[in-house]
Amino acid sequence: MELFGIWIAAFLTLCIYSFLYRDNPFYRFAEYLFVGISVGYSIVLQTHQGFIPFAWQPFWAAVTGEALIGLIKLIPIAIGLLFFSALSARHTWMIRYPTAILIGVGSGLAIPNVLRANIFEQTRGTIEPFSAISAGTLSGFGIFEAVLMVIGVVCTLTYFFFSVEHRGPINWLSKVGIAFLMIGFGSAFGNTVMGRVALLIQRIDFLLNDWLGAIF
Amino acid sequence: MLEKLMNIDRRIIFILVALAVILPTLLPVSMPISVSEPTQQLYDYIEALPAGGTIMLVFDYGPSSLAELNPMARAVMKQCFAKDVRVIALTLYAVGTTMGSTLIQEVVEETGAIDGEDYVFLGYRPGTSLVILEMGTEIAGVFDTDFNGKPISEIPMMQNVTNYDQIDLVVDLSAGSLTEAWITYANVQFNQQIAAGVTGVIISQMYPYLQTGQLVGLIPGIAGAAEYERLIDAPAKGTLWINIESFVHLLIISLVILGNIAFFIQRRREE
Repeated sequence: MELFGIWIAAFLTLCIYSFLYRDNPFYRFAEYLFVGISVGYSIVLQTHQGFIPFAWQPFWAAVTGEALIGLIKLIPIAIGLLFFSALSARHTWMIRYPTAILIGVGSGLAIPNVLRANIFEQTRGTIEPFSAISAGTLSGFGIFEAVLMVIGVVCTLTYFFFSVEHRGPINWLSKVGIAFLMIGFGSAFGNTVMGRVALLIQRIDFLLNDWLGAIF
Repeated sequence: MLEKLMNIDRRIIFILVALAVILPTLLPVSMPISVSEPTQQLYDYIEALPAGGTIMLVFDYGPSSLAELNPMARAVMKQCFAKDVRVIALTLYAVGTTMGSTLIQEVVEETGAIDGEDYVFLGYRPGTSLVILEMGTEIAGVFDTDFNGKPISEIPMMQNVTNYDQIDLVVDLSAGSLTEAWITYANVQFNQQIAAGVTGVIISQMYPYLQTGQLVGLIPGIAGAAEYERLIDAPAKGTLWINIESFVHLLIISLVILGNIAFFIQRRREE
């Protein structure tokens, strides 16, 4: 059975890589199969790990009189069902209610936490090394890093500051900002190449060792 | 010659890349691996945990990222089991369920860890941020059973675990933005210590969190996985693959340099 699975996996891997030569029905077959299985698998998991234990079971327990508290689940279930009103042109306006609740709850939860995680903490991280400089506890390289980081932050933010015309000193600052952005993009690109090559290596390792290794 | 170089068929480059992978795979080579600071930080953090400590290992990735993340998950689990640190595994990404359950079984066969005592796999729950927040109050509020349907109240290692207060560290293995969700909700709201193992694509996004201490450690891509394998002294796929990767990188760098030289020569000729 395991060998059968290896053969299927090897066949589908070769189907996908056949796209490197040109688009073909084998590639399409593997692509559609992957998308279909992924979506199907996710739906089954969402149903069994989410809907059944958190909505259906408490609701059913309330209906059968085991735990009446489960009736409260009717409220979120009804709100969720309103999403299906999109299927009817006459009733599509009702979708605004679950959408509004989702956005409202999502924003309420996210905004204060995101502000703290991504704005306040990052600002602290940028400024904090300077307290170490004044305390004399930062090495020469640490001081260089701290100063470079502030220059990078200020210049990059200047590049995205469109309330004033980019002329004179502002233009110079934004140009330095572009350099920092390019370094950032270059780093992200290099890491992405590393990640993508790792995927290729894993598949070739599978083909050579697991598949061909099982044959010969 | 220059024209040929500039208009080289992309399929020739594919063949060169394939050869750069196949040849070192068939003739394994060993290169020195130096450990980066973020990887060392995570290793040291787990090493400093007392026996009986608990980490939460989150499999937030699918099959398309297992090449990078499976080796690091395996290495972290091995370190934990060797140190008698308990592992609560779960996922907030539906497809991560298979990744987690399969890999845990493989590591368990190697290490002899016991289900319910050394580790537990809770499976998946939808609603990322809500799940993270609810676990800050009560883990059983979202995961009332483990992945096999066993009530959490009957699992020995979960007897004294209620919420993040009893979790020493969350290690999120992620191929997307879920690490940021852990930082945003678990770290900010509950001051939970977070570490991450991420794919190459999002390494750059994670460094600011490392600098501020919002991440206590970071395993960056396949290189980080190889570093971690070196730290636990158990070279495996990560080590093998990063050696092969070095050859591909050399090829890519050569092609980039060659392409740039050809481009500048051609531009000068046109001028």
